[in-house]
Amino acid sequence: MSRILCVLLLVLLVLHQDNWFWTDSRLVFGFIPIGLFYHACLSVAAAIVWWWATKFCWPVDTSEVTTEETHG
Amino acid sequence: MTQLIIILCYLALLLMLGLFASRFFRGTSSDYMVASHSIGPFLLLMSIFGTTMTAFALVGSTGEAFKEGIGVYGMLASSSGIIHSLCFFVLGVKLWGFGKRYGYRTQIQFFRDRLDSRGIGLLLFPILVGLVIPYLLIGVISSGMVMQTMTAGAMPELFPETAGGLPSQWGSLLICIVVLIYVFLGGMRGTAWANAFQTIVFMVLGVVTFGVIASKLGGQENLWDNLRLLGDSISESKATRVEMSKTKFFTYLFVPLSVGMFPHLFQHWLTAKSANSFKLPVVAHPIFIMIIWVPCVLIGVWATTELATIPPPLQSKPNAILPFLVKTQAGPLLGGFLTAGILAAIMSSLDSQFLCLGTMFTNDIVGYYFDRNASDKREIALARGFIIAVVVVTYLLSLLKPPSVFALGVWCFSGFSALTPLAFAALYWKRLTKWGAYACVLAAAGTWGYFFSDAVGKAMKAGNPGPIRTYTLDLTIAGETYQLMPVAAIFAASLIAMIAVSLVTHPPKEETLEKFFGKTSTK
Repeated sequence: MSRILCVLLLVLLVLHQDNWFWTDSRLVFGFIPIGLFYHACLSVAAAIVWWWATKFCWPVDTSEVTTEETHG
Repeated sequence: MTQLIIILCYLALLLMLGLFASRFFRGTSSDYMVASHSIGPFLLLMSIFGTTMTAFALVGSTGEAFKEGIGVYGMLASSSGIIHSLCFFVLGVKLWGFGKRYGYRTQIQFFRDRLDSRGIGLLLFPILVGLVIPYLLIGVISSGMVMQTMTAGAMPELFPETAGGLPSQWGSLLICIVVLIYVFLGGMRGTAWANAFQTIVFMVLGVVTFGVIASKLGGQENLWDNLRLLGDSISESKATRVEMSKTKFFTYLFVPLSVGMFPHLFQHWLTAKSANSFKLPVVAHPIFIMIIWVPCVLIGVWATTELATIPPPLQSKPNAILPFLVKTQAGPLLGGFLTAGILAAIMSSLDSQFLCLGTMFTNDIVGYYFDRNASDKREIALARGFIIAVVVVTYLLSLLKPPSVFALGVWCFSGFSALTPLAFAALYWKRLTKWGAYACVLAAAGTWGYFFSDAVGKAMKAGNPGPIRTYTLDLTIAGETYQLMPVAAIFAASLIAMIAVSLVTHPPKEETLEKFFGKTSTK
């Protein structure tokens, strides 16, 4: 895994512990509590980080994988 | 009756899918157990997502939000979006590569080779099976309960004792038979197809249900006005996490690591056509979780408002909240479809678990210790025989209605999470030794057993299974008490034991390291 990906993952995990919205009951768009909206956005951010990872940090060259045996 | 008809039609559709999948069966054991590594990105995404999301994703998420408020999304869903994809990316792709190269079908086959140890299988096998069985029981029991609740009133003369609903033991039996048939006939291909179909069903129905409930619950003329009214009605305690421990929330991050050691997920990883097939599941998994969980969490917190009058008996049964709202707000047609959706979520996990236990018995026990030269035909017959046995045993156990089985869910996940360091180390740490692996598994089992017996003791004292579900480690520092999930301590114990014992024992053989890491030194 590249260092950038490790940093991005660490950022996601830090952002996950959102002490800043812990007691905030404001509503986004008038109906979604901000704590829920924030974590939904975090899910989107996670998908974006993983998209980036599959583009730039993909771990396996598929051409390397060939079958050598039939039983483990 | 409408609901029962819809459910029966849905189950018939699944059977037809199983029959159809069996026409593509190539007759080899590899095809039966890992679909000949032929599953592309879309099917892999749907089958992996369907397998990891149980009934909990629909019914449980609503129920938990009803009890705890919106914080359950961060605790259980957004964390999974990060951690599950991490496991697919870091473990899944590599394990798939080794599985394809060396013909593995189970985790134990991989660990035996990587650790150069015949004994590791004997230690891991009972632990993995022991952790999967309560998970299976939860699915079988909940499917029966859901069918009984949702068909109530359909057959009052036939089943007066269940208010006319199909008795739960009959519902569970029906689900077991349907899953057994399509797994028996279609093997892994049938399972993957059924999972994909069922994942589409429960995702679509989850969103439709949200739309219907959201537009009716507030009693306003349009959806937008309803949403605003419902949002305004949520109490502060449910719209925030004022009652939730920050340290408990943080240590819950260890729970989703369980997917790294789920044996049924490992088998799904092996079905991939190529490493590139993993890209879509890695990226889309967090979004799929969001699509299911956000609406269900909102419904759960709306149910706590005065706009939804939840009768007192249901207040203590949070898992009944979603079925109740569907019944009262949506009517029998959507109720039938939603029941099909909930059953889809349950069955899409059950099928993979049944198949994986059959595969493990065949490959790790019979194939390894008793019949190493079994033909393909014999291996398939053995796997099918074991699958039937597992289904029968699970069904019989479900009839005993173990009272605290639902409380076991998070404990099963914690056990798998505590074993995940072993999977990471086996792939990325050359210095891991077989003794380090034994220490990891034994430390995980020992600490898990210690905390679990403590929780059971507290439950017996309290006279109800509640303490098993809510058990935390309470750490007091400078007068302040911090709640930690036991999984954090179990994980730390297994990780430390694995590293310490590996470092003081002989490194693995060069040829073993070459097989898994290429030509490099152990340093």
